[in-house]
Amino acid sequence: MADTVVGATSDPHASGPHASGDDPSRRDFINIAAIAATVGAVGGLAWPLIDQMNPAGDTLALASIEFDLTKVEPGQQVVVKWRGKPLFVRHRTPAQIAAAVKDDHADLRDPQTDAERTKPGKAEWLILVGTCTHLGCVPTVGGGEYGGWFCPCHGSVYDTSGRIRKGPAPKNLEVPTYSFLSDTKIKVG
Amino acid sequence: MSGHSTYEPKTGFERWLDTRLPIIRFMNDTALDFPTPKNLNYWWTFGGILALMLGIQIVTGIVLAMHYVPHVDYAFNSVERIRRDVNYGWLIQFMHANGASMFFLAVYVHIFRNLYYGSYKAPREVLWILGCVIYLLMIITAFMGYVLPWGQMSFHGAVVITNLIGALPVVGKSITTWLWGGFAVDDPTLNRFFSLHYLMPFVIAGVVILHIWALHVPGNNNPKGVDVKSKADTVPFHPYYTVKDGFAICVFLLMYATFVFYMPDVLGDAINYVKANPLVTPQHIVPEWYLLPFYAILRAVPNKLMGVILMFAAIAVLFILPWLDTSKVRSMRYRPTARLYLGIFFLACLVLGFCGANPPDQPILGHEPSGFMLLDADINSIVWLSRIGALYYFAYFLLVMPILGLTETPLPVPEGISEPVLSHPAAAPTGAAAAPEKRG
Repeated sequence: MADTVVGATSDPHASGPHASGDDPSRRDFINIAAIAATVGAVGGLAWPLIDQMNPAGDTLALASIEFDLTKVEPGQQVVVKWRGKPLFVRHRTPAQIAAAVKDDHADLRDPQTDAERTKPGKAEWLILVGTCTHLGCVPTVGGGEYGGWFCPCHGSVYDTSGRIRKGPAPKNLEVPTYSFLSDTKIKVG
Repeated sequence: MSGHSTYEPKTGFERWLDTRLPIIRFMNDTALDFPTPKNLNYWWTFGGILALMLGIQIVTGIVLAMHYVPHVDYAFNSVERIRRDVNYGWLIQFMHANGASMFFLAVYVHIFRNLYYGSYKAPREVLWILGCVIYLLMIITAFMGYVLPWGQMSFHGAVVITNLIGALPVVGKSITTWLWGGFAVDDPTLNRFFSLHYLMPFVIAGVVILHIWALHVPGNNNPKGVDVKSKADTVPFHPYYTVKDGFAICVFLLMYATFVFYMPDVLGDAINYVKANPLVTPQHIVPEWYLLPFYAILRAVPNKLMGVILMFAAIAVLFILPWLDTSKVRSMRYRPTARLYLGIFFLACLVLGFCGANPPDQPILGHEPSGFMLLDADINSIVWLSRIGALYYFAYFLLVMPILGLTETPLPVPEGISEPVLSHPAAAPTGAAAAPEKRG
């Protein structure tokens, strides 16, 4: 067999299916190139059709908000809408902060200290995305045995630092990216 | 599609058309003269009922789309406007909303008929799998349709279900964002759900055509579960089964009309008459009745990812059913033990439905928990009941079906559809050699 193949490629006058016009390697190249070009074209067209479903430019442009903290009294929580979801802005009392710090080294499902969840020197302000990390319901403030939040859907309990303590939720309430613009104003997102 | 065509063109036009596009021949062979087992009972009429329901959903849906506005600010009000102001809008909207429930009711009867008479077994595996595909598409379509009125349950149901995908490791979050088209269920989500909800029924209709094609290759199964042996075992589909199906359709429509005209909201949730508010979650989120068993399986598991996997597995397991059932006997008329297990399975589905409708920590007996904690939940709670139900659900497919087929002794199976009474063990003399005892 090897002889035949060598003969076919080296002798331009060879007859039969491997004659010069039917060179197998050139045929293969054309086939592979055509298939590759088709796959590339389909893939190139598919991506815009898939990516169009991702957040659009104007949706992303509305992705950050500013909030004036003076509106929130100690012990109170204000809920604002951010990226279509509720955002919890909670002004914690010293007792609530103490309760959160005391449990820093308790048996936590998603271990985090209270200091990691607040800004330095601003421990009274707890900013959280107000959706349960289980399936996205909105937990009620002050509920549950830890005085943090209680999710009415499937019974997840969060403490005063928004850490998951009981129930099906896997993670702590998410702390969004935010920064203090001044002592009384934050920018979220 | 298989076998000989009995169609003979009668007029000159029919002959002319028959040599160019034999569509009349095709209709005749598939819908009129198709040889059908002569012993089909009323459980076999649900295929026709389902085809009719799909048609009703498509027609009423197209009309509703002429008045509905897929925008978070207008969707809720536009549905209310359809009900109050659009001419006959109340009728069309109630037909569509209750039609979904009737569609699922019929499909569940259709599926259980398959389970009882073993219609999924060789040579009808592809037919069964196509049916599973239709069922899955129906679930997706119904879910997206339920979001469109943009009530509280619409919105928070969408939040919970799309968050299920977020349970997947690594890619979960980007897929959810992609589905949402934003950072939460919002206007882009509503728009695309509307677009896809309009598309999906036509995809279903396409798969239905494949489903009927796959039915017409081996032909119908029948209550005895034995193969058709000769023409004497069959009757033409028309007029015998067009009339039988027609009668069943009339009865089914009477029940459907009772819901539409006398209790149009009884199957829905009152809270969906409150406009969606992303900042307040209803106390108790439940899906529509036809998805409650899967919701109960989801909540039975304390781990989020495992719950999601089990819920999808509950549907996925249906696809491999033809290879899980090791019994060669199709009809459960001749499998008394299997019949018992199927009965318990039906019960387990009802129990799971009950669990899905109630809060997980609610006691089952009395009003107080028993006080005895087993692992993470009180033993007298919906959670534990749904765990038992879910365990049996999977055990039925993964343990009972493979093992029972190998160990049970079925009753004597008749030789053919026209053979008399070998089916009844009392009628057959003991030790009758004619009874082909099929084991395994």
